[in-house]
Amino acid sequence: MNHVFLYALVGVGLFTLGLYTLIVCAHLLRKILAINVMGSGVFLVLVALGGRTPGAIPDPVPHAMVITGIVVAVSATALALALMLRVRAETGRARLPEERLE
Amino acid sequence: MTRVVEKQTPFHWLLVALLSVLAVGLGYAVLSLPGQTPGLSDFVTENIETSGVSNPVTAVLLNFRGYDTLLEMGVLLLALLGVWSLSRVPEQSEASPGPVLDMLSRLLVPLLILVAGYLLWVGARAPGGAFQAGAVLGAAGVLLLLVGWRPDARLSGLPLRITLVMGLGTFVTVGMVLILVGRRLLEYPPPFAAALMLLIEAAATLSIGITLAALFMGGRPAERSQQ
Repeated sequence: MNHVFLYALVGVGLFTLGLYTLIVCAHLLRKILAINVMGSGVFLVLVALGGRTPGAIPDPVPHAMVITGIVVAVSATALALALMLRVRAETGRARLPEERLE
Repeated sequence: MTRVVEKQTPFHWLLVALLSVLAVGLGYAVLSLPGQTPGLSDFVTENIETSGVSNPVTAVLLNFRGYDTLLEMGVLLLALLGVWSLSRVPEQSEASPGPVLDMLSRLLVPLLILVAGYLLWVGARAPGGAFQAGAVLGAAGVLLLLVGWRPDARLSGLPLRITLVMGLGTFVTVGMVLILVGRRLLEYPPPFAAALMLLIEAAATLSIGITLAALFMGGRPAERSQQ
């Protein structure tokens, strides 16, 4: 196993950790951070898999997609934070209401 | 210490089990990919001559997959519209930034603008380009906002809005003009490709930088006409 797959597996791990936090934590800021960690995992997978070319130069297409994705992720995070602040202004707290299944 | 995770229930362990299955499945999918593949890099290398630049990533971003970048500029604008429609700029606190931050910002902001210009220019043949330059420009804007600078009310009306839509506007205009002269959307004629891409990138850099700084402001800036 070479380093390309090591990086890609770390990306998969980050994605899963982010998904776990997204589901478990009720606080909206933690959810936003979790989505960012998930996104970083996806970017890591894409960049790593772009390095599987035979030569020294990696595949530029996934790299270009990641550059685009980072800017989109930043702007989506800003929108999510603005939504969170609005939720806090309306309800006085930045958590989702707790609903127990039992 | 605050309790981050709710009390652990059987559902919690079910969730952990399901996510472990997901992680193993994704890991298996990644590992089952071929270890060596050219991907799309051969297509890029073959056509790099016609793209007008020698940096493959810039060629993909602005030429071969220009649609992505065009729509991405639209996403940036939509996110800013969302933030602006949710709130106004919060009231400015009059805390003074302190001498170190004040001096540092005076030194760093011109340097950051210079670096942004360099990154934009060098993107044609080396790592760099509109997004990196825009991000550096956005960092300069964030630094200014942290120090306490706010755009003048005269600037935050029409001039700000024109700068924000300039990237997308230039992109769409170039695409439309190319359709009018009988080519397809964003199919640059090779002799003019380099100049057209630099024009789009310059406009996009300004728009990205200002958009990121405006997002950091966290709301619609107050306008003189609304008072």
